[in-house]
Amino acid sequence: MSNWQTFKTGIFKNNPVFIVNLGLCPTLATSTSLRDAIGMGMAATFVLVGSNVIVSAIRRAVPHKVRIPCYIVVIATFVTIVELFLGAYQPDLYNALGIFLPLIVVNCIVLYRAEVFASKNGMASSLFDGFGMGLGFTCAVLLLAFIREGLGKGTLMGYPVIPGFSPTGIMVLPPGGFMTMGLLLGFFSWRKLRTKEHK
Amino acid sequence: MDFGQIFAIIIGMIFVNNFVFARFLGLCPYMGLTKEMSSAIGMGMAVVFVMTLASMATWPVYRYFLDPFGLERILRTASFILVIAALVQFIEMVLQKVNPALYKAMGIYLPIITTNCTILGVAVLNIDTFYKDGKPLSGGFLGSTIQGFSAGIGFTLAMVLMASVRERMEMANIPKPLRGIPIAFITAGLMSMAFLGFSGLIKMT
Repeated sequence: MSNWQTFKTGIFKNNPVFIVNLGLCPTLATSTSLRDAIGMGMAATFVLVGSNVIVSAIRRAVPHKVRIPCYIVVIATFVTIVELFLGAYQPDLYNALGIFLPLIVVNCIVLYRAEVFASKNGMASSLFDGFGMGLGFTCAVLLLAFIREGLGKGTLMGYPVIPGFSPTGIMVLPPGGFMTMGLLLGFFSWRKLRTKEHK
Repeated sequence: MDFGQIFAIIIGMIFVNNFVFARFLGLCPYMGLTKEMSSAIGMGMAVVFVMTLASMATWPVYRYFLDPFGLERILRTASFILVIAALVQFIEMVLQKVNPALYKAMGIYLPIITTNCTILGVAVLNIDTFYKDGKPLSGGFLGSTIQGFSAGIGFTLAMVLMASVRERMEMANIPKPLRGIPIAFITAGLMSMAFLGFSGLIKMT
């Protein structure tokens, strides 16, 4: 598979959130506003790319039995870098993401890609895989945040869009997140079923 | 730490700030293991057990090792996840020797608990709750143990509620694209709407 195809698979065919159903917690929790969603997506993409490259580089040196703890240490290192960076330069975003920033360590997507892809492939294709998966995750969070912020606050990126629109507060609360996610997942499985029928 | 505070922590973690319905933590096992009641209860019990022990283990690590040496920002995440991983491995070994029956009931859920965001979540949350402006509050160890235990109970409650609904949903006539995880999310949305009724029950500081 070429690097470009690896990159594209992560965004569409194997989208980590909508198709594989991983990383659901940060997707729901940080999609209350587009600004948080962009921050979360970029942080997770950075961790994914970094950990994929390092895991791929050390894949022959790590004994099979202790590979998971080794991967977790690599991932935790990159998460700490992100934490310190955001704490120093973007304190607002750091506070908004709160507990979900350290929790990137246990984001299933990162470990899933390390185990399934990076531990078996070269550094270059792991880099593209990390970018693709990270962008796929970012797109999913952005889509959810677009719907939830648009309907729940009547704004996008903090700017009002439709004058005279009275927002539905429940969309930014947890129930709105669960329901939007359920309907979106239903939409994607409907599309999958339809393409199957056409074949 | 008096009884009122302890009571507030317990009610707060089980109902008001339920890990699944209010904080979006632990959604992967919540969606994956609620198809049957038995697996929901097994996973719930394992989470209660590990969460309580993890709270008891991570608080002293932070309070007596990381904080005095000024390492709290650099090593918090990495040391917590390693402590939790070692703890889970240890529990698995002890349980296998001491109580094989219990190991059979929840042993298969233990390995996946390491990378479950509820456990690391409660460890980080304990630090956020019982540290004010970089100074530890008194009774932090007891408080975090209780917080870990009640967060686990809240998670188990959510798992059991969902499993009982989903077992009946197997028989229902649901539109094809919504079967499985999508309808589970919509159900969770309705449940979390009900749990919103608990908000404001106690004043969280």
